[in-house]
Amino acid sequence: MYKILTKEMLSPAICRMKVLAPRVASAARPGQFLIVRPDEHGERIPLTISDYDAEEGSVTIVTQKIGASTKEICALEAGGYFEDVVGPLGLPSDFVEKTDEELSGERYIFIAGGVGTAPVYPQVKYLKSRGVHVDVIIGAKTADLIIYRKEMESVCDNLFICTDDGSEGFKGMVTGLLEKIVTEDGRKYTQAVAIGPMIMMKFATLTAKKLGLPITVSLNTLMVDGTGMCGACRVTVAGKTRFACVEGPEFNGYDVDFDEAMRRQGMYRSEELEADHKCRIR
Amino acid sequence: MANRIPRVPVREQAPEVRATNFDEVCYGYNEEEAVLEASRCLHCKNPRCVSACPVSVKIPEFISAVASRDFGKAASVIAEDSSLPAVCGRVCPQETQCEGSCILGVKGEPVAIGKLERFVADWNRANGRKAPDRISPNGHKVAVVGSGPAGLACAYDLAKAGYEVTVFEALHKPGGVLEYGIPEFRLPKEKVVAAEIADVKALGVKIETNVVVGRTVTVDSLLSEEGFSAVFIGSGAGLPRFMNIPGENLNGVFSANEFLTRNNLMDAYRDDYLTPVMHAKKVVVVGGGNVAMDAARTALRLGGDVTIVYRRTEKELPARREEVHHAKEEGVKFMMLSNPVEITGDEKGWVNRIRCIRMELGEPDESGRRSPVPVPDSEFEIEADSVIMALGTSPNPLIARTTAGLETNRRGCVVADDDGVTTRPGVFAGGDAVTGAATVILAMGAGRKAAAAIDRYVKGLE
Repeated sequence: MYKILTKEMLSPAICRMKVLAPRVASAARPGQFLIVRPDEHGERIPLTISDYDAEEGSVTIVTQKIGASTKEICALEAGGYFEDVVGPLGLPSDFVEKTDEELSGERYIFIAGGVGTAPVYPQVKYLKSRGVHVDVIIGAKTADLIIYRKEMESVCDNLFICTDDGSEGFKGMVTGLLEKIVTEDGRKYTQAVAIGPMIMMKFATLTAKKLGLPITVSLNTLMVDGTGMCGACRVTVAGKTRFACVEGPEFNGYDVDFDEAMRRQGMYRSEELEADHKCRIR
Repeated sequence: MANRIPRVPVREQAPEVRATNFDEVCYGYNEEEAVLEASRCLHCKNPRCVSACPVSVKIPEFISAVASRDFGKAASVIAEDSSLPAVCGRVCPQETQCEGSCILGVKGEPVAIGKLERFVADWNRANGRKAPDRISPNGHKVAVVGSGPAGLACAYDLAKAGYEVTVFEALHKPGGVLEYGIPEFRLPKEKVVAAEIADVKALGVKIETNVVVGRTVTVDSLLSEEGFSAVFIGSGAGLPRFMNIPGENLNGVFSANEFLTRNNLMDAYRDDYLTPVMHAKKVVVVGGGNVAMDAARTALRLGGDVTIVYRRTEKELPARREEVHHAKEEGVKFMMLSNPVEITGDEKGWVNRIRCIRMELGEPDESGRRSPVPVPDSEFEIEADSVIMALGTSPNPLIARTTAGLETNRRGCVVADDDGVTTRPGVFAGGDAVTGAATVILAMGAGRKAAAAIDRYVKGLE
């Protein structure tokens, strides 16, 4: 059992929890994820790690209510417990392995969409601690849904915000804003990283390609075990089948078959709807 | 004469009934049946069954205790050599091991050793069994990676020798393949697996779940930071293989591992568990091993019309004979000498057909089996809304990649000798992690040998 130390709602549909999981906290690196199981009857749900504190033995996770299981997670309260927390899983971001020399002169631009903003935070924090220039774009439907603004401001060099409805910052998509700050404002970057909905990462990759910018994406595929056993997470990268759980979750965006990844992500959608609303007619 | 008695048949759920539920297929012997069957044993002077058993259970001795109705004694005889008798009695390939060498099998039916072992283990569980005695600790700590058959057998023997053993399990429940791989209808989880694991824990073995060695901790950190004198790697062969044919990433194509893990570990077949599983209407399972049979029979129970596609003939099926027989009885269809070449999908990316080619048997390959060769221009299509790939598995590279000095071969298996000694001092390995996918009992045998080698190694350090 893994105790929930704190819980807060970042928006009506997004909650943040700090969970006591000392082994995960001391091994976690930026870019990795974990799997939780809310209770004995629950699914194993992969979630990105939004922060970790080895000293306190805690990891921070951010969950958006989407299906039955994520709703169950968000219904848990501080003082309560997760049945299981396992991780860290996946490979750390590749900049973790780079030397200071390799990182010097690098200029990163992160493109964060929706709940994907949370896992961007530890990456930005880490890169800043290594002295790298980091700018961040956060995109959301509307101003109320922007999360991690303060946290991000405290660790990045420049924060750019865009909303679909123009309620804050640039009116439009992250792709439009990325294009604007590079071509109109003349900002220079050596590497982009996009984390968010699959469709956003697909179009962020297309824009980055147009701008000649290398881009890394973090794939939130379906998973069961998260250790390479089931293959539910398989994605086609550069024409080859790869397992996102052990060979990812981060891949070179140029190489990812996003259309296949989106199709596979929806594989249990009808079953999920059923789980939400138990059909008795069948 | 003893061998005039025909082999006592075992009672089973009727095929048409069990095809719609997940309850155990086989009911096992009752006392009368077990005693009668036990009376068939000839008590050979040189029992070939014992040497054919990977853990050398003293078979004639326990059978003679059954014949004289001393079931408790039969249980202690088995316990000397096996930590998981209720499991082995159910899933061992007896026809190629103990029963395959039974002298009665030459002219008639061998003694039903597996069914007798199962009877004894189940009887022992139901009738005031006593927990094994705790041994006084010898002051040494050993880490075991993986709580499947190899790890449990190793932990059991080490605990009996006084070691403080911690087993690290990556999943949330212990048991390894017994938990995620073998279905409930063949190996009940609560009644059998959990109970046998409880016996291992009763010896003082600690099991820590949710620890992925290679990610959460490493073999090196266990040795250098957590005070373990030795590490046993029994991490199994959990990586699924695919065919690398077009269409394999279509929706509705699963590895048998995924399909079975959803059903077994995650209980997806039950309404009160949240994990989803596809209830396909027309299922093709590719492969001919036990895993293929398990996947096929699970898909059938979820309401599917199931066909197994296998590239050789029935004679070469690597599955236990009983599983093939049960699958057929339940209505699984077999399409032999066929091999998939492509999976095709509809406009939404879901499987709709699988294209196969006819095969014929050619020259024997290195395994001694005649290798299948495609028949030119013989392609045909089968309708399917789900395809399950049961082509075998290979060891997970996670541990080898994160352990300095641990050699693996080109198939990704940890290099270890017969005693489980690896290229890294203090690190031992056994079971599927070393051999590639094999059987529960071979893994247990390897775990036991490694336990003995670990004991020698740790004592040598003193």
